[in-house]
Amino acid sequence: MIGIIDYQAGNLTSVARALRYLGEPCLVSDDPKVLKQASRIIFPGVGAAGEAMANLRQTHLDQWIPEWVDKGKPILGICLGTQVIFEYSEENDTKCLGIIPGAVKRFPKDLQEDCMPLKIPHMGWNHVAFQKDHPIFRDIPDEAQFYFVHSYYPDPADDHLVIGWTDYGQLFCAALARRNLVAVQFHPEKSGRPGLQILANFCRWGGEDA
Amino acid sequence: MLSKRIIPCLDVRDGKLTKGIKFKGNIDIGDPVEAAREYYEQGADEIVFYDITASSDERDIMIDVVKRVAETIFIPFSVGGGIRTVEDMRRVILAGAEKISINSEALKNPPLISEGAKAFGSQCVVLGMDVKKVEASAKTPSGYEMVIHGGRVFTGVDAFWWAKEAENLGAGEICLNSIDADGTQEGYEIKLTHLISTNVNIPVIASGGAGTPEHLKDVLTRGKADAALIASMVHYRYYTISEIKAYLQGSGVKTRMTW
Repeated sequence: MIGIIDYQAGNLTSVARALRYLGEPCLVSDDPKVLKQASRIIFPGVGAAGEAMANLRQTHLDQWIPEWVDKGKPILGICLGTQVIFEYSEENDTKCLGIIPGAVKRFPKDLQEDCMPLKIPHMGWNHVAFQKDHPIFRDIPDEAQFYFVHSYYPDPADDHLVIGWTDYGQLFCAALARRNLVAVQFHPEKSGRPGLQILANFCRWGGEDA
Repeated sequence: MLSKRIIPCLDVRDGKLTKGIKFKGNIDIGDPVEAAREYYEQGADEIVFYDITASSDERDIMIDVVKRVAETIFIPFSVGGGIRTVEDMRRVILAGAEKISINSEALKNPPLISEGAKAFGSQCVVLGMDVKKVEASAKTPSGYEMVIHGGRVFTGVDAFWWAKEAENLGAGEICLNSIDADGTQEGYEIKLTHLISTNVNIPVIASGGAGTPEHLKDVLTRGKADAALIASMVHYRYYTISEIKAYLQGSGVKTRMTW
C-alpha cells in the first residue's frame, strides 16, 4: 500500500490516478495514524512553501515525516514535497523540515540562454541528466524528458546527493537520493510513460541505497 | 533547455467532439477521451479541451469527460469554456485537469484571474486571448484589440495592455489566439506572437493559423512562442503529431521526442 501525504497542497488526485493506472493500491491522508499503515510514502504537492509548512505543522506531519525517513522506509518527494524536505526555502522565507541539508532558491530574474531571457516559472518538458544508476531510474531512456512547473529549485549542501541535473539557464538539482529517500522536482505523474516508469520503480524499490 | 510544446486543441460540445477526428483507417471518432488517448500516444506534450456547451445544465457531462481523460493520459491538460467562478475552476481541477483557461470571463471580471491564482496557484490559470488586428489608436496603441464572441464583438481593450495586466493579476500562461489567422491554415500571426511573448515573463502558447509544420517552426523561432496550439492539421490527419515533432527537431527546434 502506497500512502500519499495530503496537506492541502494542490491536486493530489493526479498521483493517485497514476498509481491506480499502474495497479498499485494507495491511500490519501493527512493523518499519521492512517499513513503509517503504508509500506511506502509519496510526498507530492504544488503550491507555496509557507502555506505547505503551516498545514504540515497543523496535522503534526512535520514531525511524522522525518520519523518515517529515519525508519528507513521508502519515501518519494515530488515538486513542493521535494522542496520542503530541505532546511529552508526562499519562498515566503520559510523554515522547512530540515531532512536534507540545503536551501530552496528562486531562479534569478536575469536567467538567460543564448542571450535570450528565460521565463519564470520553468514550465514544460526538460531533460534530466542522471548521475547515478539508482533503482528509481531503471529502464528510463537517456533522452527521456519530464514535466516541470516551478519558480524555485532545490540546492542541496552536498552535491553528492544529486542524482539528476537539469539545465535551465543554470544547472539545478532535478533529482536527489539519500538512502531510503528519493526526491524529484519534476512531476512523474504528468510525464507520460517515463514518468509512470519512475512511479512503478518506486513501488518496487525496497529503500536500499543505490 | 526547455522543449517547445506541441498542443492539440479539441472542441467539445455536450461531451462529444464538434469535429470528428480521423483515426487510423480513417474512422471518424467523436469521443474526446479516445482522441486524447490517440494524441497522447502520438506524443502530444499537453492537450487543450475547449467546452463550447451552450447550456450550463450540461456542464456535468464535461466534468465526466475530464475525469475519464485524467484516467487515460498522463500529461498535463487544460480545460476552457464556460468557467465563470472559482467554484467552476475547482470542479474542473478536482476532476483532474492541470490548468483552466479563462477568456471572455476574465475580460468581464479581471479579479477572476487573481482569485484563481490565489486558490490554485498561477500555474493553473491560463489566460485565453482572442485578438484582432486594428488601426493603432489612443485606445488600442498596439494595433491589436481584444475581441469576444468568436471575434464578432470588439471590446475596446488593447491586447498588449491586457496581456501585461493579466500577468500582473497572476495568470500563469497565455494562450494567444489570432482571430485573423484562425481557421486559415496559412500560418500563425508571427508579429502579434512576438510582441506578446517578448514582453511578458510567462509562457505564451501561439494559436490560430497552423497548417503545416513550417508554420509551427516559424512561430516557435521567429515568433518566440513557448508552445504551439494545433487543430485541423492533425484532426483531419494531414499530419500526425510525431511527424510534426520530427520535422521541428530536424529544423533545430528542441522538442520532446521520447514518450
